[in-house]
Amino acid sequence: MGRISWRSVGLGLAAPVGALVFALLVCGIILSITGHPPFDVAEDMIGSLERPRTVANSLNSATTYYLSAVAVAIGFKMRLFNIGVDGQYRLAAMLAAALAGASFMESLPSVVRILMTILAAMLVGAVWSGIAGFLKITRGVSEVISTIMLNAIATALVAFLLNPDRLAVTVAGSNNIGTAPITEGGQVPGIPYSESSSDVFGLIVLAAVVGVAYWFMLNRTRFGFDLKATGQSESAAVASGVNVKKMVLASMLLSGAVAGLVGMPQLLGASHSYSLDFPAGLGFTGIAIALLGRNHPIGMAFAAFLWGALDQTSNVLDLSGVPKEIVVIMQGVIVLSVVIAYELVRRYKLRLEQRDVGRALGTTKTPEEAQA
Amino acid sequence: MLRKRGGALAAIAMAGVLALSACGGGGEDSGAGSGGDGALKIGLAYDIGGRGDQSFNDSAARGLDKAKQEFGIEATELEASQGETDAQKEDRLRQLAEGGYNPIIAVGFAYAGPLGKVAKDYPDVKFAIIDDYTPGTDDGPNIANLTFAEEQGSFLVGVAAALKSKTGNVGFVGGVNTPLIQKFQAGYEAGVKAVKPDATVQVKYLTQPPDFSGFNDPAKGETAANGMLDAGADVVYAAAGGSGSGVFRAAKDKGAMGIGVDSDQYNLPSLADVKDVIITSMVKSVDVAVYDFIKSVNDNAFKAGNKIYDLEVGGVKYATSGGKIDDIQPRLEEYKQKIISGEIKVPSTT
Repeated sequence: MGRISWRSVGLGLAAPVGALVFALLVCGIILSITGHPPFDVAEDMIGSLERPRTVANSLNSATTYYLSAVAVAIGFKMRLFNIGVDGQYRLAAMLAAALAGASFMESLPSVVRILMTILAAMLVGAVWSGIAGFLKITRGVSEVISTIMLNAIATALVAFLLNPDRLAVTVAGSNNIGTAPITEGGQVPGIPYSESSSDVFGLIVLAAVVGVAYWFMLNRTRFGFDLKATGQSESAAVASGVNVKKMVLASMLLSGAVAGLVGMPQLLGASHSYSLDFPAGLGFTGIAIALLGRNHPIGMAFAAFLWGALDQTSNVLDLSGVPKEIVVIMQGVIVLSVVIAYELVRRYKLRLEQRDVGRALGTTKTPEEAQA
Repeated sequence: MLRKRGGALAAIAMAGVLALSACGGGGEDSGAGSGGDGALKIGLAYDIGGRGDQSFNDSAARGLDKAKQEFGIEATELEASQGETDAQKEDRLRQLAEGGYNPIIAVGFAYAGPLGKVAKDYPDVKFAIIDDYTPGTDDGPNIANLTFAEEQGSFLVGVAAALKSKTGNVGFVGGVNTPLIQKFQAGYEAGVKAVKPDATVQVKYLTQPPDFSGFNDPAKGETAANGMLDAGADVVYAAAGGSGSGVFRAAKDKGAMGIGVDSDQYNLPSLADVKDVIITSMVKSVDVAVYDFIKSVNDNAFKAGNKIYDLEVGGVKYATSGGKIDDIQPRLEEYKQKIISGEIKVPSTT
């Protein structure tokens, strides 16, 4: 038994590690061709990680990436592809920011304010993804199509609301526009990190809680079991009494609620307002990280940190004359190769298992023998 | 069996590492050496798009290039990535400051918050930010804010559009719907109405933030302009960066007129095939602002605070290349003087 579990762990790690090594190799070759010694580049990037600021920023990026990945992973477990995490978190962050910055919130105690903001964000995210879920179970609309469209609608809606006549305020002289800034009582204080000029997001704790809750839901609850069962075989799940429509809606709502959290660490920990420079595209990063981390709560944490560190160390490259787009190439290669590597490992594992079964049963018949 | 495969994998990995180190050894040495001869070492941080965006960033790059030639200075240019956070922008500026770059120029309002923070920590370094002056955020004794009166220049090209239009129907294509581009729209509309109060101004923005592709999507520009021309417009103002080429293409196909933005687009080599429809351009001299700033630091004449590049100082102007508006130039000059004297107040919001 021990041998088998070691094998599964090894095989599980083979794909992401293999993909990473392959991606490093590809980037090394690209760098060499373009006349930049790859080891110097690696040294630069690793060297910049010695700066406390880079570590803190990497952790902060990883926090948002992780939340986004969990949101995507909840869908993936059900074979639902929630591409709409991006629109869900942006709309949620915008509306939550408007609520948190509203003047009537000033009088509330800090904890209540923060909780209300976070709950509002989860609610908005859930409603937005719920539209896709509702369309799927009532009209059979593919969630891939509907969530992509909802992203575009969310963009338009945010742009419409981000207007001085509605939810935004303008600051004289600034070419930016955003919601009213959240005053101190509504902010989540950061955690000072060594000499770093930027604090670690206080809401990194939230990401950890979400990770644990995700693990617990999948492995220790009936809902999680039904979720995984439906994802693996819908017909088998139906046969064992799972209401698939209910599960689709529930997982879309849950995925959206977590998506609503994606913008919270940045909003409450750093930006304090949803404005034009609020980070966009985090939902798509989440897809990559969920793929790399194999929807596993710990795997995604590693993947998120890797992504954050890659993003944050890329700044140093421009300074040493290396186009930092190499990091984007690397991330792209990682995602592509990780998908291929998982498929290869899956097939290899299947063959191994077949062989094990064959060995346990004695000899296996060839097709000719079977027909004879 | 398993072990054997593992061995093969390890061998492949080893081979890869060897190949890499071989390549590494063969590569030439690169990296930004420090000048060290007392000359200025300039750090310039672009907004998304960077050098080569055919628009705003490129204009800043032109100013830098001119200063480089003239003063023999050294410069390092960094670029923002899509979807990055303020922390990354701050990190970029800090790395420049730590690397001994002085002065440091940030291109675009998105740098306002990060620049304000970094400037406080490096009081001896001179900073400049283009397109933003937000007291309390990015003002300070070592920050020069270089801002533009885009609405004034846009007013004048609006006047030109109204005078040149035969249908009394003109268009405005904005790249991305942001307050900055709304300033262009506000000025343009006011200019058109000043000449022909009953004229129609069609307005279309190509994308909504955070989708900034509207500044670099000629196909979208062409579609939008076609729609306006079909609806009766005969002059279209393209305040849309790189998307403008699509607007001019549509104007050329339909025998209409176009108005350029940021630089004198009639003279841009990349627009040579459509230049005969460009009657004028609203020139926003980011290059002049960048050059002036570097010169001031070089001459030890740095001045902190908001420097407004308006019509009066020639920071914004209308272009006359191509001679398409020679006949109406006296009228334009008349309006220009009225704006400078304060007789006409151009609105900056719609």
